[in-house]
Amino acid sequence: MFPTPIERTQPRTRFAYKVFLPIALILWLLPLLGVALTSVKPAADLDSGNYFGAPSRIAIENYWLVFKNSNIGYYFWNSIKVTVPSVLVSIGLSLLAGFALATYSFRSNLIIFFMIVAGNYVPYQILAIPVRDLPININLYDTTLGLALTHIAFQTGFCTLFMRNFIKALPNALIESARVEGVSEWRIFCYIVVPLVRPAIAALSVLIFTFVWNEYFWATIMSQSVDVRPVTAGINELSGEWKARWELISAASILTAAPPVLMFFLMQKHFIAGLALGATKG
Amino acid sequence: MKPVPAAPRRRRKRLDLTPWLFLAPAIMFFLVYVVVPIGQSISISFLEWDGLGEKKWIGLQNYQDLLKDEAFYVSLKNNLIWLVLYLLAIPAGLFLALFLNQTVTGMRLYKSLFFFPFVISNVVVGLIFSWFYTPDFGLMPKIIGFFTGEEIAVLANESLATYGIVAAGLWPQIAYCMILYLTGLNSINPELVEAARLDDAKGFKMLWYVILPQLRPATFIALVVTVIGALRSFDLVAIMTVGGPWGSSRVLSYFMFEQSLSEYGTSMGYGAAIAVVLFAIMLVFITMFIVRMIIQERTA
Repeated sequence: MFPTPIERTQPRTRFAYKVFLPIALILWLLPLLGVALTSVKPAADLDSGNYFGAPSRIAIENYWLVFKNSNIGYYFWNSIKVTVPSVLVSIGLSLLAGFALATYSFRSNLIIFFMIVAGNYVPYQILAIPVRDLPININLYDTTLGLALTHIAFQTGFCTLFMRNFIKALPNALIESARVEGVSEWRIFCYIVVPLVRPAIAALSVLIFTFVWNEYFWATIMSQSVDVRPVTAGINELSGEWKARWELISAASILTAAPPVLMFFLMQKHFIAGLALGATKG
Repeated sequence: MKPVPAAPRRRRKRLDLTPWLFLAPAIMFFLVYVVVPIGQSISISFLEWDGLGEKKWIGLQNYQDLLKDEAFYVSLKNNLIWLVLYLLAIPAGLFLALFLNQTVTGMRLYKSLFFFPFVISNVVVGLIFSWFYTPDFGLMPKIIGFFTGEEIAVLANESLATYGIVAAGLWPQIAYCMILYLTGLNSINPELVEAARLDDAKGFKMLWYVILPQLRPATFIALVVTVIGALRSFDLVAIMTVGGPWGSSRVLSYFMFEQSLSEYGTSMGYGAAIAVVLFAIMLVFITMFIVRMIIQERTA
């Protein structure tokens, strides 16, 4: 193990490490802690210049006010309506594509695979003008479906990369022997491959959920109305309206950050497996 | 006996078509949302077009205008600053990973808390840092004030705004690189490390000659996601400064957005030309990365 395990060092080093660790964490999360603290300060505290001290009381009502004074409830619901189908469909499509790329050898296999990987890394701006026009032409502009379709298209790329590598690493013998037995490809896919890739599905679900929930660029350019706007685009708008009401902006920020954070804590191990393959956000 | 070639041939044919059936939906999406739009954007970059009215072919005019546009050079320069400073996330992430690669009680929780910034939306990161930098409310001006005696509003300062945004971007990016290295450190061959220890290798020498070579896959992925992330940066600029003050913190992606996609932006051709430039720059990196991945794939 590197660096040397702390148990094997001198007591003094060990002590210093244990003291410094929480300090480092607090410093690292300082901006976030500040916002969390601000989010529970009564407005009067901020008005009277108590920016850094402890709140005079815990003002949970800020969170309530955020919902009351804004459309954030709608925005949350919109985010769910966009995120959940995006996760399901992009994983479904990538299962199919990943299976094809991992278990068949045909001439253009690698070309297609690397095209998809490359597509994953292009800047959104080179796509934005035509992609924004796509739903306009079929009357899906400013709808959750239109936005979800866009997310599906972009997330399927990374999901396919992930699935293909995962399926490729499965023992090949099972699929081969099923083929020799004459089992149809569709049944092989449904009854052999899908059950084996459950961990990959779990990993992608958390990862794609986080990415789509957090996404900002498409959210701003593809949505306008209150019943379509996802929370990332919505909250930025609110922060403009609320100007210096930092207690409200902070509370709204914490609320927006919460769902992916919860997801991450519930399914940490899976989440990290996905990142190791080079997922890029936004 | 007559040969019966028909059966095997039919079987091969079936196998030839099946992968395409499985691939079809994903490829359809890919063509409609990625491949075709790239072609369309390139052709739009030769037009004068407000997005609704008539399209007028003007050849390379948009690109010539771009070369004369002060804002273009500002954006290009800022993209370069982003790229160079963003790369710091890699050594910083490695450092954090080394610091956290211990098995003290509660270590798992520590690691996930350090990873926190990556899980949060860029929008929230942007808002958090805007607050952090705000004069009066924020901590940062106080800290600067403590050392220099003068409180500076980072985001309102033309020469500092970009650095302030990059610092905000580094926060989640360091967390990402950290997690990549923590995963990498997990799969290091302990025998090699012990053997090197017996040879009295330690500290930096050990890191450089024994550990880092084994971490190369992690370093490669960290490099890919950091370079791509730096060049694609959009969210934080949009949220923290909207390109200001006076356009000083624009990057190409945001400049394009301003020209073609924002409330007042209706120059599709000009925006497309900016996007093509950004795309061309990124294509250089993407190609390098893909070539390396192909070589890896071939040798694997």
